[in-house]
Amino acid sequence: MFYKISRIVALTTFAVLIIIPTLVVVFGSFKGDLELMTKPLALPESWSFGNYRELFNNGEIGRNFRNSSIVTLFSVLITLFISSLASFGIARVINVTGRVLFVLFSLGLAIPAATSIIGIYELFVRLNLTNTLHGLVVINVASTLPISIFILTAFFRQIPNELYESASMDGARPFRLYRSIALPLSRPSMAAVAIFLFVITWNDLLYPLLLLTQADLKTLPLALLDYRGEYAINFSMIFTAVMVASLPMVVMYLSMQKTFVSGLTAGAVKG
Amino acid sequence: MSRTETGARKGASPRPKNKLARSNDRVLLLMTLPAALIYALFYLYPTINNLRYSLTNWDGFQEAKFVGVENFSKMAGDSVFTKVLGNNIEFTFLVLIFQTSLSLLFAIFLLQNSRISTFLRTLYFFPTIISSVSVAMVWQFLYEPNLGPLNVFLNSVGLDFLALNWLGSETATLRAIAFTQVWFHTGQMMVVYIAGLQQIPAELYEAAEVDGASRWQQFKSVTWPMALPTTAVVMAYTTIQSFRAFDLVFAMTGGGPNNSSSILVTMIYLTAFNEFRFGYAASQSIFLIIFILAITALQRRILRTKY
Repeated sequence: MFYKISRIVALTTFAVLIIIPTLVVVFGSFKGDLELMTKPLALPESWSFGNYRELFNNGEIGRNFRNSSIVTLFSVLITLFISSLASFGIARVINVTGRVLFVLFSLGLAIPAATSIIGIYELFVRLNLTNTLHGLVVINVASTLPISIFILTAFFRQIPNELYESASMDGARPFRLYRSIALPLSRPSMAAVAIFLFVITWNDLLYPLLLLTQADLKTLPLALLDYRGEYAINFSMIFTAVMVASLPMVVMYLSMQKTFVSGLTAGAVKG
Repeated sequence: MSRTETGARKGASPRPKNKLARSNDRVLLLMTLPAALIYALFYLYPTINNLRYSLTNWDGFQEAKFVGVENFSKMAGDSVFTKVLGNNIEFTFLVLIFQTSLSLLFAIFLLQNSRISTFLRTLYFFPTIISSVSVAMVWQFLYEPNLGPLNVFLNSVGLDFLALNWLGSETATLRAIAFTQVWFHTGQMMVVYIAGLQQIPAELYEAAEVDGASRWQQFKSVTWPMALPTTAVVMAYTTIQSFRAFDLVFAMTGGGPNNSSSILVTMIYLTAFNEFRFGYAASQSIFLIIFILAITALQRRILRTKY
């Protein structure tokens, strides 16, 4: 009895703690600021898209959205491509170099990105890569390689040798094996890694903050900070921007829950 | 890269006759080359350079001058540094205790598959996909001292004395952010726990039930010991995650007021980009790396002796 009641109380409390802020934001984006402040939990008096219209017409949010999309898409695709190539190489190579490379890449897992910002900033200034989207892509790729290689190498090592051997008999060389055996088999792992990369790249603040100062290049998380300054404490406008920034992830989460959960926990456990 | 090529030659030497294996190894190492190059240039190189800058007085603009270990000896007497270090320890400790225990509790509660469990798991995990900046904005609203929902609620139920200036007072801010961090990531760690708890053989519980063990006894003698490896993973990740909470702290308070909510990663950023003391910031980040490695090693030791 005690167990049952405490279970219900605990589960309900945490559920309410997540549902209420979510509804406040969703409803708030359709409200004026006064309405949001006085009745944060109520349904909007009228479902007006005025905040959204103002944000898209007067703000740069369309451009921020585009920047975030470009950076995320290229970062994820490039990371996936070169990390799967490298993982295959590391998993299949017979000599010791593979293991050395693996340890080197794993180093990147232990050290939080924020600890190298001085060196990164200096290097990017020297290479004229600040205030460029491709510069941001490069640092995203470099910093997500360790975790991707860690997960994918573990997967490629699990593929039974016989599968490769039977194909090698037919004279298949490494690149063919990678393309026609390893890649198709690793689709679920690749999807999990892809989701993980998507979420952390789309949501990242640190690197854009470090490398971008030009307004027309800013990504959504960085731009959100500007909107907060611009709209002062006009939370209904801020929430509208939060909605725009979160929508792609929410839609993806709701449509591919299993991959999301496994991807983000794999990234967590191994990161 | 010459290193990988010599590696290929060296590795192939025990089997000099196997020409195919040798050339395959070479192709395989070539496949690692793009990743190795990008990683070396844009990750390892800046990290090593950080070490170099930690021994200089670089200000971000002028030539850096070598000052030896001066930056490191400065740290001990720097009241901001010691305050922030204390903050970070408190923050990590709070998050570690609450996030680990809550995620274990919810995992136990939601272990059985039912429609409501699946829904709640999905719901609890949901904050994980939202950006720290968005989460920060939402909680800034909830914590707003005068009209924010939290204080309006506390006042309405007569708990006025609890209605603090959550993100504006030196005493409450760090804890308020720690609470948000726990809210943010508990669902993710719950999923890790659920995966771990599902590995526990059902027979152990059946045996315990035959012996008439209560739920609490079952937890103590089966769940907790069997879940220890998972606990180790959860605690290690939660610790690292709390050290990485740059985005959340930066977006919620920027470390203020008066550095009361700053943690090491935000301090490093502010030392460099607000105070233009890049050399000193670099040495702070070297300290942070060593500190994290030490804590991780310590945790591993403690949890291993418990097995």
